[in-house]
Amino acid sequence: MSLQWRTRPLLVALGVLAVLLAAFVRALLSFDDYPMSVADVLRTLTGGGDGGETFVLFTLRMPRALTAALVGAALGLAGAIMQSLTRNPLASPDTLGVMWGASVGAIAVIVFGGSTGQVSGLVSQVGVPVGALVGGLVTSAVVFGLAWSSGLEPTRLLLMGVAASLFCANLVYWAMSWTEVQDATRAQTWLTGSMHAADWDRVGPAALALAVLLPLCLAAAHALGALVLGDDTARGLGVRVERARLLLLLIATLLACVAVSAAGPITFVALAAPQIALRLCKLAYPPLATSMLLGSALTLIADQIAAGLFPVALPVGVFTAVLGAPYLMYLIVRRHREQHL
Amino acid sequence: MTEAGPSSLRRPEGLASEAGARRRAVGLLVLLALLLVAVSTSISVGARAIPPLEVWRVLFSPDGGEASAIVGELRGPRTLLGALVGLALGVAGVLMQSHTRNPIADPSLLGVSHGAACAVVVSVFALGVTSLSGYVWFAIAGALLSSLVVFAVASGGARGPTPLTLILAGAAMTALMGGITSAIVLLDQRSLEVFRFWRIGSLAGRPDDVLWQVLPFLVAGLVLAVANTPGMNILALGDDVATALGQRVRLVRATGVLAIALLTGASVAAVGPIGFVGLMTPHLARSVVGPDHRWLVPYAALLGAAIVLFADVVGRVVAGTGEVEVGVVLAMVGAPVFVVLIRSRRLVAL
Repeated sequence: MSLQWRTRPLLVALGVLAVLLAAFVRALLSFDDYPMSVADVLRTLTGGGDGGETFVLFTLRMPRALTAALVGAALGLAGAIMQSLTRNPLASPDTLGVMWGASVGAIAVIVFGGSTGQVSGLVSQVGVPVGALVGGLVTSAVVFGLAWSSGLEPTRLLLMGVAASLFCANLVYWAMSWTEVQDATRAQTWLTGSMHAADWDRVGPAALALAVLLPLCLAAAHALGALVLGDDTARGLGVRVERARLLLLLIATLLACVAVSAAGPITFVALAAPQIALRLCKLAYPPLATSMLLGSALTLIADQIAAGLFPVALPVGVFTAVLGAPYLMYLIVRRHREQHL
Repeated sequence: MTEAGPSSLRRPEGLASEAGARRRAVGLLVLLALLLVAVSTSISVGARAIPPLEVWRVLFSPDGGEASAIVGELRGPRTLLGALVGLALGVAGVLMQSHTRNPIADPSLLGVSHGAACAVVVSVFALGVTSLSGYVWFAIAGALLSSLVVFAVASGGARGPTPLTLILAGAAMTALMGGITSAIVLLDQRSLEVFRFWRIGSLAGRPDDVLWQVLPFLVAGLVLAVANTPGMNILALGDDVATALGQRVRLVRATGVLAIALLTGASVAAVGPIGFVGLMTPHLARSVVGPDHRWLVPYAALLGAAIVLFADVVGRVVAGTGEVEVGVVLAMVGAPVFVVLIRSRRLVAL
C-alpha cells in the first residue's frame, strides 16, 4: 500500500503473468491422466517424443491450452476497452450484444442443422464457429448502426446493446424449446462456453486475429487514455473523439467475436477481468495489459478445473463464473474494509 | 443520462408546479384506462372470443356455462397474474435503475432472476420437484437469498452499499448462479427439460394456486416500494447530499433492494424471467413524467401491467392454434419499440 503509483500496477501485471505461465505449464504437463514429466514435455516439444506423447501434447493439450489462453486474453481486453469507453462497469461483450448475437448464429446451426444432434459433415466442422462469427458481427453492426446519431454516445450504445442482447437471448431460448433434448444439451454446452472442440483449427484464426488486433490496440491506447478523461478533455488533447471511439469499439467487438466463435460465449471473463485488474492495481480505470493477462489466466485455470473436477467434463464457462465471481465479491468487500479503516 | 453534471442535481422540473401535477394526474388516468382496455381484451380474446358484454355478465353472475368457465377459470386468473407481474416488473425496474444509478439495469441484474432459476433447477435435480406450484417456493427462496447476499457484499462500508458496489455484486452473483445452473442442467437432462421451458417466460398453463402463492410476496414488495419512493427522490441527489440532508441511506437502500427482490422474485417464480418490461418501462415512464419517483412508480406500474397483457394477447392471436410465449412476444415487439424510444427522445437523467 505504500507502493508508488507506478510500481503497483507493474507488480500486479508481473504477478498475473507468473500465474498465467504456471497455469500454462501445468496444462502442458498434467492436463489429463497421461503422465508426462518436464523432461518428456521438453523432449516432445523439440520433436523427440514417441507417438503417444506427441499425440497427447500436440493434438490434445497444446491446442486446448492455447485456445483457452487466447480466448481469455481477447475477452479480457475487449471488456477493458468497452468498460473504459462507456465508463460503465457492466459494459462487456455480453451487454453490447456480441455474445448473444453470436449465440443466435451458433444455436441456429445446432438446432436446425440436425434433428437429433447429428449435424453432418462440413457443417459440424465449420458451421458453429462460422455461425457464431456471422451472428456476432451482424448483431454488432445493427447495434452500432442503431446507436449512431452523429456520434456514438456511450449510454445510447449500451441501451441498444442491452436491447439486442435481450432480443437475441429470447430467440435462443425460444429455439431451444422446440428442439430435441440432445440438441438442447449441445446448445446449452455451447452457450456456457466450452473448450471441448478446441483444436488447431480454432487456435489458428484466434491467434491470427489477436496478432492483427493487438498492435491496433496499442496504437489506439493513447486515444483510449484520453477518452477515459472525458470527451472534452480528449478533444483538448487532440483526439478525434467520435472516430477514436468507433475504432476502439470495433476492435473490442472483433476481439469478442473471435473469442466467441472459438469457444462459445464464456461468461463473466470480459466483465470480471478488468474489474479485478483495476482493483488489484488500485486504478480508476482498467489497465489493458493486466486485464488481458488476467482474462487469459482465469480462462486457462477454469478450463483445467472444468476438465478435471467432475466425472463428467463440464464446459469452462461454469468455472470462469464460479472462480471469478466470489473473487470479485471478495475484492468489493475488502475495499470497503480498507476505506473503513 | 445525456445531460451530465449540474443538471442532474437540479430538482425535478415542475415538482412544485400545479399545472404539471394536473397534467401528470391526467396522464395517470389515461394509463388506467389503457390498463382497463388491456384487461378486457385479455379476457375477451382467445381461441373462443367472448364479447366484452358477455364477459361483464358472467363476471357478476356466473351461470356455469362455457363462457363463464373460460372467464372464471382460465382467462380471468391468467389476466390477473399477467397484470400483477407486469406491474411488479415495472416498479422493480424503476427501483433497480435508480438504486444502481445505471440506465441499463433491469430487475434480473441483482442476481434475482438467476438466483430463482438456480433454485428451480436445484429443486428439480436434488429433490425431484416437477410441478410448477412446487418449485415456485424454491424460486422465491432462491431470489430472496441471492439478493440478500448481493446486498451483504455491497454493504459493509461505512456508508453502506453504493450504486457501483450494488451493480457489481449483482453482476457477479448473476454470473455465479448462471454458472451453477448451467452445470446442473448439463449433468441432468430432466433439469434441462424444466429449465429450457421455464426460461422462456409464459403466462400459459399457470395453475391457480401459483397466483395465490406469489400474491403475498408481490403485495409486500409493492408496499415496500411505495415506502421507498420519497427516499428515492433524495437519494437521486447523490449519497453524500442525501446523508447531509439527514437521509438514512443504508435503510433506504435496504428497503429498495428488498422490494426489488420480492417483486422480481415472485414474478420470475410465477411466469419465468420475462425480459424487457423491467428495462423498458422505466425509460418510457421517465420520458413522460421526468425523474420524480412519486409519479414514476405509479406510471411504471400501470405501463408494465398493460404491456405484459397486450403482449400476452398478441401471443395468443398471432400463432393460430398454438401460442407464442409472452416472453418471446415482448422481445419481438419490445425491442423495436425500445429502439425507437431511445433514438427519438432525449433521455432523462437518472
